[in-house]
Amino acid sequence: MGYFLTLVVMVAVLAVVWRLLGAYMVAVYDGRTRWLAFVERPLYRLLGTDPKVEQTWRRYAVSLIAFSLVSALLTYAILRLQGHLPLNPDHLHGVPPALSFNTAVSFLTNTNWQNYPGETTMSYLSQMTALAVQNFVSASVGMAVAVALIRGLSRKGSSTIGNFWVDLTRGVLYILLPISFLMAIVFVSQGAVQTLAGPAHIHDALNGVSQTIPRGPVASQEVIKQLGTNGGGFFNANAAHPFENPDGLTNLLEILLILSIPVALTYTFGRMVGSVRQGVAVLAAMTLLFGVWLGSTSVAEHAPNPAVAAAGLAHQPGGNMVGKEARFGDTSSALFNVVSTQTSTGSVDSSMDSYNPLGGMGTMTGMMLGEVSPGGVGSGLYTMLCFALLAVFIGGLMVGRTPEYLGKKIQAREVKLAAIAILVMPVTVLVLAGLASVLPAGTSPTLNAGPHGFSEILYAFTSQANNNGSAFAGLSSNTVFYNVLGGLAMLVGRFVIIIPVLALAGALAAKEMVPAGAGTFRTDTALFAGLLVAVVLIVGGLTFFPAVSLGPVVEALSHGRFFG
Amino acid sequence: MSAQPRSSDQRAPESPAEAVDTDRSSPAQAEREPRRAAQPRGLFDPSILVPALGEAFKKLDPRVQARNPVMFVVLVGTVVTLAEAVARPSAFSWSVTVFLFLTVVFANFAEAMAEGRGKAQAATLRRMRTTTEARRLREGEEERVAATELSRGDLVVCEPGDLIPSDGEVVEGVASVDESAITGESAPVIREAGGDRSAVTGGTKVLSDRIVVRISAEPGQTFMDRMISLVEGASRQKTPNEVALTILLSALTLVFLPVVVVLEPFAHYARGSVPIVSLVALLVALIPTTIGALLSAIGIAGMDRLVQRNVLAMSGRAVEAAGDVSTLLLDKTGTITLGNRMASAFLPVGGHQEAELADAAQLASLADETPEGRSIVVLAKQRFDLRGREMAAGYSFVPFSAQTRMSGLDVAGRHIRKGAAEAVRHWVVEQGGQVPDELDSIVTRTAKAGSTPLVVADGGEVLGVVELKDVVKTGIQERFDQLRAMGIRTVMITGDNPLTAAAIASEAGVDDYLAEATPEAKMDLIRSEQEGGRLVAMTGDGTNDAPALAQADVGVAMNTGTMAAKEAGNMVDLDSNPTKLIDIVEIGKQLLITRGALTTFSIANDVAKYFAIIPALFTTTYPQLQALNVMRLHSPHSAILSAVIFNALVIVALIPLALRGVRYRPAGAAALLRRNLLIYGVGGLIAPFAGIKIIDLIITLAGFH
Repeated sequence: MGYFLTLVVMVAVLAVVWRLLGAYMVAVYDGRTRWLAFVERPLYRLLGTDPKVEQTWRRYAVSLIAFSLVSALLTYAILRLQGHLPLNPDHLHGVPPALSFNTAVSFLTNTNWQNYPGETTMSYLSQMTALAVQNFVSASVGMAVAVALIRGLSRKGSSTIGNFWVDLTRGVLYILLPISFLMAIVFVSQGAVQTLAGPAHIHDALNGVSQTIPRGPVASQEVIKQLGTNGGGFFNANAAHPFENPDGLTNLLEILLILSIPVALTYTFGRMVGSVRQGVAVLAAMTLLFGVWLGSTSVAEHAPNPAVAAAGLAHQPGGNMVGKEARFGDTSSALFNVVSTQTSTGSVDSSMDSYNPLGGMGTMTGMMLGEVSPGGVGSGLYTMLCFALLAVFIGGLMVGRTPEYLGKKIQAREVKLAAIAILVMPVTVLVLAGLASVLPAGTSPTLNAGPHGFSEILYAFTSQANNNGSAFAGLSSNTVFYNVLGGLAMLVGRFVIIIPVLALAGALAAKEMVPAGAGTFRTDTALFAGLLVAVVLIVGGLTFFPAVSLGPVVEALSHGRFFG
Repeated sequence: MSAQPRSSDQRAPESPAEAVDTDRSSPAQAEREPRRAAQPRGLFDPSILVPALGEAFKKLDPRVQARNPVMFVVLVGTVVTLAEAVARPSAFSWSVTVFLFLTVVFANFAEAMAEGRGKAQAATLRRMRTTTEARRLREGEEERVAATELSRGDLVVCEPGDLIPSDGEVVEGVASVDESAITGESAPVIREAGGDRSAVTGGTKVLSDRIVVRISAEPGQTFMDRMISLVEGASRQKTPNEVALTILLSALTLVFLPVVVVLEPFAHYARGSVPIVSLVALLVALIPTTIGALLSAIGIAGMDRLVQRNVLAMSGRAVEAAGDVSTLLLDKTGTITLGNRMASAFLPVGGHQEAELADAAQLASLADETPEGRSIVVLAKQRFDLRGREMAAGYSFVPFSAQTRMSGLDVAGRHIRKGAAEAVRHWVVEQGGQVPDELDSIVTRTAKAGSTPLVVADGGEVLGVVELKDVVKTGIQERFDQLRAMGIRTVMITGDNPLTAAAIASEAGVDDYLAEATPEAKMDLIRSEQEGGRLVAMTGDGTNDAPALAQADVGVAMNTGTMAAKEAGNMVDLDSNPTKLIDIVEIGKQLLITRGALTTFSIANDVAKYFAIIPALFTTTYPQLQALNVMRLHSPHSAILSAVIFNALVIVALIPLALRGVRYRPAGAAALLRRNLLIYGVGGLIAPFAGIKIIDLIITLAGFH
């Protein structure tokens, strides 16, 4: 009952957020919202950029890469040097090179894959200046790319797609910071920790034990972690930790924070291309995919855990509760993790390794679809728009015209760029998982043998190449092999998609617009939303069917029943 | 489009007799099904089928295959399985090798079939292009040279029975020419020096009179040469959409490579192994071979369908653009209306009876052989049962002349005249008669209704007005409704004044019209449509149409037109039938739909192939995966082989569809998409499940395990 109530509240709140935040973001990226101009203007002076001068896609991409490179180096340096820097109450040492590389790349790419337990690895300074800052800017970069692509679709005969520095600044200043600030206060009110006082030392006289309980500036980081679909927890237990996610309310708020921007961006998209219906069609496709995955995962987790049942250990009236918090229950935990893996968040409130095979498959395959339902902040929309171009290309031919999307002819260059943006992820995942399955460095860190071990490897690369960051656990991935290969997967999964998307934005912006008529393939209908879903499923299905068969499918079949 | 309405008097030159200029747009020719240069052939005509089989093997040359990335991968895969079959022979590996090889052969066969149809037509044309001797004029002296030695600017003489040696312009004389070699139309046409009918085509035959022709084409570059190379597909280049689709297909092929290759390491992790033959089989089954094999055949067949309708497209790009056209510029005369005016009413003036007027008009028209004249006789018969009379000796006809702008008849002291209002008015006054006041208002009213008023007078007495109506072709309104449903706007182009144009436009049901059209106005209209992002198609024949034809995205030149027009357009209609523009658009759309449908079908097929092959690959490693063997295929080997056989046979099965094109009914985009998604998407999902199962049953019965 609570589960369904949660869903109703979630949908109702998101509907309001979709409209209001969506419209606000249009104003922000159009430069009409200026209430923080007194902060904004000095920032531009500092960056040496003229906010009125727009960039070509090449300049935009170069600015983005340059910014990312500086970010990566800065993060890496802070992590390596944290032992010598202030705000280190636990007296932690510098982070080792391979792990620093992996972590810097991870936060830079909005992945937040964590090969380390936060409380015993990162100083407060690292958490606040290296990781939290990246949580803000990496999210803003994703949104900027999405907005650049929208501009490409909505402009005609234009050589520019916006100014990267302006988009980056405005995203952080007007959208991410205000919401994070307000929500952090709500989280603190619910019991999330926010302190610089270092760990608490408790002596339990009754039982005669002393405990050291790690604390830190958690609430402030928790909100942006979800709002920016980053997902990197302050603590190792991530959102299952009561200091991060104290109760049912914060659990629901976290879900809402994760979904807000990706969902609202579809409204922003619709408004900026001049037809909200276009945004609704994209949102409908996202929602359909999300619904199917949520349904199947929730059903799977509501079934008893087959291993527990086989051992005859206990009745399982509450579904599979292995690895789940009693506070949240089976289906709500499934909801949280589906939300987290269908966006590029990766923050989880229950352990995926102990999910039932089909529950685990749900979270893994959700990422394999390219994270478009609704996906990460910005990245979900721009990837979905690439899918839309492919859907239009194939479907458009079937109405007897050379295909066009929003009045833009889709020709060889657009097809090439969209295909790269969509196909680079599966290729990266499969090649790296293939390497890891044969090399001893890849196979030895798996805790389980057979199909489950394979699922762990496959999950790790799927999560990283999709910039998700959730972990299946069961894979001791803090090795040089996994740190380096994972870092590679994250970099490719981020930038080899962003650059083609920006090129696409440039190519589309330069095009003229063909007015729509009765012979035009309409992209604001249920039929198109259905076609879009089909294309996402077919691309994901065709590329991952064999790999998934050998992991979770075999596991599920081994238990004799498909569900449970 | 709101110029001052011209008074009807200014329309005088359009008098009946002058309207004989129906050489190129007579209703008879437009409606008649002409004999074709391109003979329609059965889909599997043996004269095409047999050479195509040979071609299919010749095309195995890796250099040819490299142009098609999808099929190239299949060829490489075949070589790999062949090596494996030779090294470790087994019924399975040999069978897979044979069917992979056949997949490539079938793809080549599809292309060869499409090309074969064009080649057969080219051969017919080539037979007609016999090596001609030319009579070249050099400083007034005639000399005999081979036609191939003629170069641009040479003057040649042609007399009855001579084949015109090369393309050129008549600079002297007038002759009737048999152009059936090119158009298939046996009725001779007039070619004369000066004006829009001066172009002659090499290979056509002079029937009467002597003409001097200035050669305008270099040897090997004549219209006939180009026509042959076009139907042969020799100069075929990939069209923009074909290039884009090839990129998508290559990307899919490229992606399936790692998908399949990593199965070996994945199997290794599970302490198993996958035989290379099975991996290659899976790869070939997954990559979009169906569309990859048929893509070029679809393109060639689209051009061929145009040739079947006697339209030559200079490039595949033009055919593709035809599918995208959103505005059609249609000439009124010949396309929308029958091309000549028909008498529709007798409007008497000055107290005369309608029958009296009809009688006089009929008399004046008895000797008038123009369609307008005849239509008056017909109307008189219908209305008042006035029969054709015996031509008595006293009848003296007054033929139409450009000076008088009237025609008529003098008999028994009566002087009956019919003609343009202004001319007849003058004549009546000269005869000492009176012009009734009401005449002007009737003339104006008639002109406003889109008709031509013809005034009839008997001596000094004005009898009344015969209304000549521009007759809109039957069924044209439905065509325009269909076009509107397809999202295509029709614009009527006419030299008429805006009032007349508006009346006809509303009767025919076009979306817009351009009245008093000049070449400049036409050009401006095309430009303004294109600025809005619309693609424009038009027809034209005159030299002054050439700039507009060049500017239009699809410019269809009439074969009767000037060389300049033919050079400027990107299609030539050998029948010179402007209505065909609509067919051309439909063929363009059909071509694109066929491409999209087969791509969808090809990709949808993969689902079933996965269910056939994946369980088979891992039978020993993970017997549990047999649960995915939903088709209950006999054995791992029969499952894989069945998928490969299906994959090969489906190409052959779809060749007719690729050549003929998917059925196209004019409809809105949503209806088309729903229908095609259902047939080729959902159908493509289901069909291979049945197909693979049946093949599995057959090969199992045949003893394959």
